Amino acid sequence: MTALSRKSIRWGESILERVFFLCAFLSVITTAVVIFILIRETLIFFESVSVTEFLFGTRWTPLLEPKSYGILPLVAGTALIVVGVALLALPIGVACAVFLSEYASARARSIIKPTLEILAGIPTVVYGFFALTFVTPLIRNFIPDTQVFNAASAAIVVGIMVLPMVASLCDDALRAVPQSLRHGAYSLGATSFEVTTRVVVPAGLSGIFAAFVLAVSRAIGETMAVTLAAGATPNLTLNPLESIQTMTAYIVQVSLGDTPAGSLTYQTLFAVATVLFATTLILNIFGTWIMRRFREVYE
Amino acid sequence: MSDAVPILNALDLSIAYGKDDAVKNVTLPILEKKITAIIGPSGCGKSTFLRSLNRMNDFIDGVSHRGQILYRGSDLYAENVDPVEARLRIGMVFQKANPFPKSIYRNVAWGPGINKLPGDPNERVETALKQAALWDEVSDRLNDSALNLSGGQQQRLCIARALAMEPEIILMDEPCSALDPVSTARIEDLLFELKKKFTIVIVTHNMQQAARVSDYTAFLENGVLIEYGETDQVFTRPKETRTEEYVTGRFG
Repeated sequence: MTALSRKSIRWGESILERVFFLCAFLSVITTAVVIFILIRETLIFFESVSVTEFLFGTRWTPLLEPKSYGILPLVAGTALIVVGVALLALPIGVACAVFLSEYASARARSIIKPTLEILAGIPTVVYGFFALTFVTPLIRNFIPDTQVFNAASAAIVVGIMVLPMVASLCDDALRAVPQSLRHGAYSLGATSFEVTTRVVVPAGLSGIFAAFVLAVSRAIGETMAVTLAAGATPNLTLNPLESIQTMTAYIVQVSLGDTPAGSLTYQTLFAVATVLFATTLILNIFGTWIMRRFREVYE
Repeated sequence: MSDAVPILNALDLSIAYGKDDAVKNVTLPILEKKITAIIGPSGCGKSTFLRSLNRMNDFIDGVSHRGQILYRGSDLYAENVDPVEARLRIGMVFQKANPFPKSIYRNVAWGPGINKLPGDPNERVETALKQAALWDEVSDRLNDSALNLSGGQQQRLCIARALAMEPEIILMDEPCSALDPVSTARIEDLLFELKKKFTIVIVTHNMQQAARVSDYTAFLENGVLIEYGETDQVFTRPKETRTEEYVTGRFG
């Protein structure tokens, strides 16, 4: 025995360590199982439908005769929502963040920030309801040809839904830009506008891009509002005033119906879910990659 | 003391944060094409005073001024003064180097670019970098990020950035406090060159530095100007005992 030799094993510590490990392991395992099931069921689907037909077919009618399994209409529906959300939430979100971090007084900030957070706390079903009963009638007021269910209305509410997240993340990104950079720019005879647009926003670009990717990810995955407001018509169109169906809304439709497990229609759920998963995964990888590139230049 | 007309002149200037005066009734001339050092213990108001000279205190909440600062005889804080215009003529180098996260070239070209200063931007960048004694080290990698430079190089880049604006006055707020002795020596050498063309006001807590580089020295304590005079006189024959105690290192 030396003075430093172990006198007793610290049981508490070693048990806790295992518990923490299990918790971490659980999340990894869950992800792995989800991916495994998705892929296994998708492979069963592809025994009946060719990959080419699925990925490039332009008709999606798994519930109607003649059945057809081209996912493009669902992808187009989702894309319409994403584009609408991007057009709405990104500029407004960035502008909102610029106001909050560069121009707002402490008082204005103390009112606007909590309001944004309340916006983020509204359940998505309420947004869907709001789209149907308020936004759609409003659009139809201006453009009477608009269908009752339409992509525009859903995109607008999903845009409002992700706005707090975009604004808040961009605000964080801008506020993380050191004050010394702003002072440096001011000392060179810059106006507030020049400091904001030429120094602060470029320096915060990686964070703004992260917000962009998360917002798009969220728009792709958003389910409730688009199910309620955008319709259930797989429709290969670029017209936002028509009824469409997104990938998520299709999954809701089939999950709620009486589709028997093991049928081909049932398998479409997994195939669509795999596409959904792959899209968000690629987007996130792409986002991280871009962020690293920007970081090299700007930090 | 010279009887030249000061380019900047603080007259009975007090600066308050909220209700507390950080600078109290300071009257201090800044003479053209000379180096004026402001020394004093931490928290004595020397940085606050310096920032008031190009209206950088405008960005700090709750700062108020009483008294006057005259720039070439006209009030710097008058209603009709555009602070942006003032900062064009009175540049600043900060305590911690703060290059933009852009290339070396764009750091220097930035100020002249947004203010649409005349002339060839490439020439302007080269001149400024040469004046800041940085050109030889970076001329072959102007498009590299400024953030890859060493601390001393970054600070010289910030000096170059200020020089590119061709200001009349450059305010320096402890520019060497975060630098090693070699970098500090380089910047001090630089100051001797720069005073041929520019008026420099340097805040420093380093008395040797003040004694080495400056023509005039002002000693501030608790916001009060204790003594101002030619540097030789302030360091060798101070009139005030507080000054003597400070410059000989008995406190501070």
